[in-house]
Amino acid sequence: MAELPRADGGAGDGPDHRTPIVEFRRVEKIYGEGESEVRALDGVDMRIERGEFVSIMGSSGSGKSTAMNMIGCLDVPTSGAYLFRGVNVCDLDQDQRALLRRHFIGFVFQGFNLLARTTALENVELPLIYRRVPAEERKRRALKALDLVGLSSRAGHTSAKLSGGQQQRVAIARALVTEPSLLLADEPTGNLDSARKVEIMELMVQLNREHGITVVMVTHEPDMAEYGTRTIVFRDGKIISGNR
Amino acid sequence: MLWATLIMSLREVRKNALRSFLTMLGIMIGVGAVIAMVTIGEGATQKVRSDVGALGENMLVVSPGAARRGPERTAGNPFQKDDVEAIEREVTGIKALSPTAQSNTTVVVGNQNWPTSVIGVDEGYFEVRGYKIEMGRSFSEVEAASGTPVCIIGKTVRDNLFPGAMPMGQRIRVKQVSCLVVGLLASKGQAAMGGDQDDVVLMPLRAFQRRIAGNNNISSVYLQVEDAQATSSVQAQVEDLLRERRRIQPGAVDDFNVRNMQEIADTMSSVTASMTGLLGGIAAVSLLVGGIGIMNIMLVSVTERTREVGTRLAIGALASEVLLQFLVEAVVLALLGGILGILFGLSLSYAATQSLSLPFVISPGTVAGAFAFSAAVGVIFGYLPARKAARLNPIEALRHE
Repeated sequence: MAELPRADGGAGDGPDHRTPIVEFRRVEKIYGEGESEVRALDGVDMRIERGEFVSIMGSSGSGKSTAMNMIGCLDVPTSGAYLFRGVNVCDLDQDQRALLRRHFIGFVFQGFNLLARTTALENVELPLIYRRVPAEERKRRALKALDLVGLSSRAGHTSAKLSGGQQQRVAIARALVTEPSLLLADEPTGNLDSARKVEIMELMVQLNREHGITVVMVTHEPDMAEYGTRTIVFRDGKIISGNR
Repeated sequence: MLWATLIMSLREVRKNALRSFLTMLGIMIGVGAVIAMVTIGEGATQKVRSDVGALGENMLVVSPGAARRGPERTAGNPFQKDDVEAIEREVTGIKALSPTAQSNTTVVVGNQNWPTSVIGVDEGYFEVRGYKIEMGRSFSEVEAASGTPVCIIGKTVRDNLFPGAMPMGQRIRVKQVSCLVVGLLASKGQAAMGGDQDDVVLMPLRAFQRRIAGNNNISSVYLQVEDAQATSSVQAQVEDLLRERRRIQPGAVDDFNVRNMQEIADTMSSVTASMTGLLGGIAAVSLLVGGIGIMNIMLVSVTERTREVGTRLAIGALASEVLLQFLVEAVVLALLGGILGILFGLSLSYAATQSLSLPFVISPGTVAGAFAFSAAVGVIFGYLPARKAARLNPIEALRHE
């Protein structure tokens, strides 16, 4: 079993709270070789502090999805360094990155990605299973998370019986049930109508303000991006605005 | 974790109940066939053993004439009383023995007649052959010594000559001799090589020789050996003794033969055992096919659930945990199939053994083996799909449509 990576090599109890939660240092990501080489990220420097709500915008192919995957420790840079909570992700193997995700990152996807024919409660419990939380506590915490997104009355419903907005709220509950330090949302409102969009965005703002969860959200809708405290815009693998 | 994974797998199996059942069907039929073949084969083997045992336990039969079959068969001289006495005196390890003389003849009661075997026997015959007297009595010592015409009849003879009537105290006519029925044998049923063991009329050897055969010849000697292990040693002693008494030169062919029932039993059960093995082997092939079915469905399932795998990896599942999950699912499918197969096979063989009137013997080893084998099938055929799932790239898996 891989061990959870620590910022200081294991001596302390976690990184200094002043370190940014996300720090890119001249990050490059190159796909393919030679003629077909694509520079998805071209020497990006970026810092996201704890407690921020950052919206990432950019047209398709701008590198925003690559950046998102990298922030979520799903991908590693070709060159440069990515420090997540002060830990250089480039030095980690697949399992160690999985453990970082398990303990610090919650994911919300455009397509919700709930398990089919599985109740809302079981979906929310899933990340806790991987964290070896005992069954009773798992259920208690999952119900609490569902309560937070206003769906405790639908705990026993399978995803097929929930509306799109409700499904996304279950997905958000699943992401925050582990009390992550970073919530990563990839076009969370992309599949929803405008009323639901507002609901979801207000929920995300609430999580950010009241629970201190850092939120990084990719969106292509400017009015959604405005819910954030800052908007970073990508173009051709570079940040063109919003960087500090 | 393993427990949670198991629960997840069971949920997954239940979600696709029909598909899961169809997947299990292959294993179920395979295991069922193996269990049925082995159980039926086991029953047949036991039947053969008990049938041969019913002819007489640890029995040797000494008869005149060479053992060789075919036209050259020599009819040796019959044995005489002193031959039997010599065997009794000189051969060690004999528990019981009886000289016999036999004639196949028709017995008559009133206007009923019935062709049967009339055998002249000694007291030891009952013990050697395992005949028990159900009703009436055995021959008294006086009757045996004086040659009084009394007889004990088997169930088949009784059913044909005295349908529904009490045979004891009645008289039957054997050739020209009128015989008093004093006893009825308990039924022994069919012998292993055919032949109705209840179709007999037993009378004292002396009476048979004097009144029916008209000579003092002994056609066979039945021996029961004390210990099954010593059967061949007793056989050798008898052969040596008789060769000496009948003055057979070294190297010359014996004009008598000693048949060992144990050997016959061994041959017959080894035949049944190899049949069982062969059929079991064929059944094992269907188990293999069942395993391939599981692999097929698991591969489809992994493709279908690519996004689920991506989601699990994104929320922090290790590749090894994804592997374990799919492996456990395959094993659960295989084991459920195995359990159903065991039940299916046992009920099938129960029906078969009942209709073939064989004993129904559950062999715990086979059941445990089938269980372990289906688990192994799950692991072997589940590994490839599980590895495929574990090796998925989370980014691509999440993008999968």
